[in-house]
Amino acid sequence: MSVVLRLERAALGFGGRALWEGLDLEVSSGELIAVLGANGSGKSSLLKVVLGQVRLWSGSATFLGSPVRRGDRRIGYVPQQRLAEDGVPLRGRDLVALGVDGHRWGVPIPSRARRQRVNQLLSSVGAEAYASTPLSSLSGGEQQRLRIAQALAADPRLLLCDEPLLSLDLPHQRLVSDLVDNARRRLDLGVLFVTHDINPILDKVDRVLYIANHRFRIGTPDEVMTTDVLSELFDAPVEVIRHNGRILVAGVPDHDPYHHPEAAVLR
Amino acid sequence: MIGLDSLGTVWSEIFNFSDYGQLLPLLKNSIIACVVLGIVGGLIGVFVMMRDMAFAVHGVSELSFAGAAASLLFGASVVTGALLGSLTAALLIGILGARARDRNSVTAVLMPFGLGLGILCLGLYHGRAANKFGLLTGQIVAIDDPQIKSLIVISAVVAVGLVVIWRPLLFASTDADVAAARGVPVGLMSIAFMILLGLAVAVSVQIVGALLVLSLLVTPAAAALRVSSSPVWVPLLSTAFAVVASVGGILLAAGSSVPISPYITSISFAIYLTCRLLSVRRTSHRSTEPAHAT
Repeated sequence: MSVVLRLERAALGFGGRALWEGLDLEVSSGELIAVLGANGSGKSSLLKVVLGQVRLWSGSATFLGSPVRRGDRRIGYVPQQRLAEDGVPLRGRDLVALGVDGHRWGVPIPSRARRQRVNQLLSSVGAEAYASTPLSSLSGGEQQRLRIAQALAADPRLLLCDEPLLSLDLPHQRLVSDLVDNARRRLDLGVLFVTHDINPILDKVDRVLYIANHRFRIGTPDEVMTTDVLSELFDAPVEVIRHNGRILVAGVPDHDPYHHPEAAVLR
Repeated sequence: MIGLDSLGTVWSEIFNFSDYGQLLPLLKNSIIACVVLGIVGGLIGVFVMMRDMAFAVHGVSELSFAGAAASLLFGASVVTGALLGSLTAALLIGILGARARDRNSVTAVLMPFGLGLGILCLGLYHGRAANKFGLLTGQIVAIDDPQIKSLIVISAVVAVGLVVIWRPLLFASTDADVAAARGVPVGLMSIAFMILLGLAVAVSVQIVGALLVLSLLVTPAAAALRVSSSPVWVPLLSTAFAVVASVGGILLAAGSSVPISPYITSISFAIYLTCRLLSVRRTSHRSTEPAHAT
């Protein structure tokens, strides 16, 4: 297992306010790390640092041994699910094709190699059935499948997922997280998976990075997702309950039911 | 039968093909300009639709009108004036209106200002009346040859520019976040697009008029998107629709005493209606198919 991504003494903030400081994190190939934390704690910003779009205040971020930079093709990115609107002239396969060569200049030249590559990516996520369906008539889960295929197009070494399960129903949450899990095992990818709810990926997570109150904790789910650790992190009495293989967190200070549905369940 | 007589007169003013054979050679350059404008309008319209910028197009065209009107007043080249106006508006909207909500308000602020400025210039202008009206509602037949040539060159620049940035622009217009992660210069793409849009609008203003630019820069693409979702077919259809509308417009307008624009807008609208009807049939057909596996 080689280290894909390394953050050392990393600090980030906006407008003079620190989001987190002193972050040391190593992501190895084949490792899936869930990034959890309250709203506005800097989870998505962490991904933007790795994508080279936001600069650290201090410390360093290196990807495969060199400083992170913008547009590194060996990093795949799956953003929040957002339905494509009408008026987009793309079908399922075209979205995937953008991952293959969408960054190049000019108009795409159809070729057998290009078509085969897209077909292979489509079948790797089981999306052949809607290869020719307009993007706007695909469900959120179907679109997320395509986006995973798109992210895998450039043979990445690291996959960044930013709330890819948001607003998906439970079966699709499971399906999309299975796809990410399969891809990382098959391709030996490091994965940073930002999510507000760890349960859909609990059985797949190697480690958790929990950010709150400008602080963070890193460790296995068993180490981090405990009443003591989270209470200390949030500086408030937080209760973690394990029930039927699910983790329920109650009492997170700035919680709102939408971002912590598990807390809402307990009330 | 006075009613029928006057109807007949109106009809012959709208459609009159006597001496058509002699007229056509004189229109050669105008026809070429219409073909090129159709190609440009059809292509750029696809991105106008994708980026949801129809309203911005209208705003740019009003400032282009202001520039052209100011040129008329000060005796400068109308093409240059239209270009200056539309490029200024396009860049302002592109830079100040990066987010869709801002863009609409910036456009809404600029548009009446441009229109008012243009009307002021026309009010002060005492030259040919046809020129005045033409900037708002189209006047291709009134444009002289050197101007038409410059319109053709500008259109060619837009077409080539679009082809060069086609793929990254498509990526950035579909999913800016992922495109940026993939190294597409998303900000540069949107500025480049606004410049090309400004150029296309400046050309269109002089042919269909500031008020009717949308009929070539939006309607054909909107029609194409009704009947296809393929990234290959949509631009091809959109271009074909725009060329049919603009060339059909000039061929019909040639023999009449009416400006070209009503022909272009009517053909464009008819194509859109047809595509809409076809799409109703297409979607109702699709919904009867068994749902595909999820």
